[in-house]
Amino acid sequence: MVHLTDAEKAAVSGLWSKVNVDEIGGEALGRLLVVYPWTQRFFDSFGDLSSPSAVMSNPKVKAHGKKVLNSFSEGLKHLDNLKGTFSSLSELHCDKLHVDPENFKLLGNVIVVVLAHHLGKDFTPAAQAAFQKVVAGVATALAHKYH
Amino acid sequence: MVLSPEDKNHVRSTWDKIGGHGAEYGAEALERMFTSFPTTKTYFPHFDVSHGSAQVKAHGKKVADALANAAGHLDDLPGALSALSDLHAHKLRVDPVNFKLLSHCLLVTLANHHPAEFTPGVHASLDKFLASVSTVLTSKYR
Repeated sequence: MVHLTDAEKAAVSGLWSKVNVDEIGGEALGRLLVVYPWTQRFFDSFGDLSSPSAVMSNPKVKAHGKKVLNSFSEGLKHLDNLKGTFSSLSELHCDKLHVDPENFKLLGNVIVVVLAHHLGKDFTPAAQAAFQKVVAGVATALAHKYH
Repeated sequence: MVLSPEDKNHVRSTWDKIGGHGAEYGAEALERMFTSFPTTKTYFPHFDVSHGSAQVKAHGKKVADALANAAGHLDDLPGALSALSDLHAHKLRVDPVNFKLLSHCLLVTLANHHPAEFTPGVHASLDKFLASVSTVLTSKYR
């Protein structure tokens, strides 16, 4: 459960409404794969990931990034019950996908960097702090059902 | 982890682009870190950490100058950072986890102020550079 003040909740929803979630998704997943190349281990079927430009223009990366960020977006509507919201996705990531939860933290921080990249001066220290709480909460929720 | 020639070029061109804004960005990164990760304030109980603090500005300049020095000596980071490495090991003893937090906030600050230059490739190189600096600064801890 994340504890955001009313001001933080307003900052998060206000800024989120300014971004193109589908595009941010592709950008964030792409940067994850470029900056932390070991994360490519989960995406053998994605084709050409051999260079930053190959990764960023890869249609499977864009599609998957869109999927991931739309799911994250859903989470933003349920900040008081992230564990419930992400319960079955947590099981999936453990039992079927075998993703180390450390990766959720890496992606969360890349999402923050991408928001900073896009939002300019609106992405104040206070706004960043609110989003850091959210990404930490989502990462914890996704790891919650691991066993 | 090794910085490739391309990584080094990316770091140098980033520092050229930063120009005289180093101190400003250093202070902003610290403010972001203190706001997002309040546990980091435990190392600065004697500081006023509010927005615009003169102490944070001064400390931001110190951090920025050290990074600029590192960026100018990419072929010998341990040599360039030796004194700072001793300081962090024997006097400051900042827990290693905190270097990642400050590095992240430095990346956020740079992405925010230089969106055109902050391409995925440059982002990767800067992350590696900051990780390398962090490794050197914690290398004498035990």
